[in-house]
Amino acid sequence: MPANRFNAFTDYGIGIGLRVPHYAHILEKKPVVDWFEIISENFLVDGGRPLEVLDRILEQYRVVQHGVSLYFGSADKPDRTHLKKLKALVKRTKTPWLSDHLCWGSVDGTYTHDLLPMPYTFSAARRTAEKIRQVRDYLEVPICVENVSSYAEFHVSEMTEWEFLSEVVERANCGILLDVNNIYVSAQNHGFDPYAYLNSVPADRVGQIHVAGHTKFEKYILDTHDHPVLDPVWKLYAHAIRRCGVTATLLEWDDRIPSFAEVHDEALKANAFLGARSSAAGRVADPPHRKPRPANSA
Amino acid sequence: MTVPTRPRLHAPKRLRTDADLRALQRLMMGAMLQPLTADDDLASRLRDGRAMADVAAEFIKPNDRLTSFERLQIYTRCYWFRLIDCVYDDCPGLRALLGEEKFSTLVRAFLATYPSRSFTLRNLCSRLPQFILEERRLTAPRTALAHAVVRFEWAQTVAFDGEARPLLTPDDLAAKPPGKLTLALQPYVTLLALDWPIDDYVIAVKKREARRGEASNVVGKAPPAVAGSRVPRPRRRRVFIVVHRHDNRIYYKRLERSAFAVLEALAAGRTLAQAVAAAGSRATPEQVSEWFATWMELGWFCRWQGRRSERRHHRK
Repeated sequence: MPANRFNAFTDYGIGIGLRVPHYAHILEKKPVVDWFEIISENFLVDGGRPLEVLDRILEQYRVVQHGVSLYFGSADKPDRTHLKKLKALVKRTKTPWLSDHLCWGSVDGTYTHDLLPMPYTFSAARRTAEKIRQVRDYLEVPICVENVSSYAEFHVSEMTEWEFLSEVVERANCGILLDVNNIYVSAQNHGFDPYAYLNSVPADRVGQIHVAGHTKFEKYILDTHDHPVLDPVWKLYAHAIRRCGVTATLLEWDDRIPSFAEVHDEALKANAFLGARSSAAGRVADPPHRKPRPANSA
Repeated sequence: MTVPTRPRLHAPKRLRTDADLRALQRLMMGAMLQPLTADDDLASRLRDGRAMADVAAEFIKPNDRLTSFERLQIYTRCYWFRLIDCVYDDCPGLRALLGEEKFSTLVRAFLATYPSRSFTLRNLCSRLPQFILEERRLTAPRTALAHAVVRFEWAQTVAFDGEARPLLTPDDLAAKPPGKLTLALQPYVTLLALDWPIDDYVIAVKKREARRGEASNVVGKAPPAVAGSRVPRPRRRRVFIVVHRHDNRIYYKRLERSAFAVLEALAAGRTLAQAVAAAGSRATPEQVSEWFATWMELGWFCRWQGRRSERRHHRK
């Protein structure tokens, strides 16, 4: 499912997250990158350098917005001011789809700035799906929700995480940003089979995939995004590609960020799996859109 | 400080309604917002006095490696470390002034009083200047200096990505006589009359940090001490600083007292004629004209009109 209605029928290849330490390199060297994912909140500002950098990036590259604060699973209603700013940014970036997390992180207007796990109940799924629909209708852009890594489970849960994810996306009729690292981290923390998770995800709804590194502690694994992707996660990724087809893939590296080249090289390791899948399907192995777009193209 | 009385938070047995979901989320957040212990552990008791282990067990499943308390503690630590890191990055001058230990105590108390109320961490320190004045004991005996430093540091956040309104044009200036003309400063411009040269101090602190950072990159571990690394506290001296941006870079511009008085008057909504009068008799017309030429070139002025129409819009 390389192109579907949840990624606006685009055919993006391998992207990386746009991060401040790489700004100078990207703007000066203009490296060939298929697309950049931006954290929407970093650009929901009123002016100054962030928007200047974004506009320069948009002249050269395709950009997809990824958010960390819509909190679809929060009991609070969507914040109208936030949504208004987000819509303005969507118009600016022309993002073909927008992603955020299947989680909560704020209540009564106080924010944790974390991606907290949901109680996996039918009631919460209904509420969350309704909120996703509201946001999508307001922003007028396809939405993909991302599964988060978690370190706790609730007594009140009535189903597995993957059943909850399916319940929400079917009710909301939205896409999935499948984070295979998060599946691996949660599987280790909660003792479930990550392949059982992957096999139950509605593959036709996967619009994008995330890969990332994590950190192992004595009794749990933390989703730190500060390492290269580990082998078990690449194996899961390979399985996800077998199930979903060649899918837009993004490497997240958010802490202890190395050079641009190192991050990009790590991301491009995904080619080994995407190429294999494309060849098996009898398609051209080279991912499309490898060159930066000319200025001002749509 | 008195803690407001709140109803006891309990985990719902089943999650059937939006109210149940809110109750569960309030309970978890209530636990997470409780300050960490001195050892950075989750507090042993919730604000209402109940044992945290019992509260955690009410809503979080244990597993074969971690208790409910320990699983909740992972989230609580992540929350506090993330927000503390944010203040740490935004306030290097305040940190250098107070020292690590006192700074840490201040930040934790601040976050306990003023948790984030914005979707973005950009705004986290907006109430720190106010908090320093409210809790003077945490910065004593240098509360006034700490307040000056943190005002200066918050002004940089505002200058970095604050709103820029349409510039004032020569036509705008010609539209009204000076006795009726009012000008507004760009929202990203902050005027600071301070009793210490905080700009010099913060620049020195940042240079020291950069040297330590370079050293750290070389060795790939904890930075070695940089000779003479402690930046001396600034000596008392009245300065007038404008924190602004130009070509999207942040600048600190020192002004003489009379020029600063003109800008303060304009920012307060005085007419151009009244503002120029605020400069006093020492400023010559040529000087005033030169100031305005520079300020216009820097793009500091916008129309008052925009702000009024915005106020009307928000009332709808």
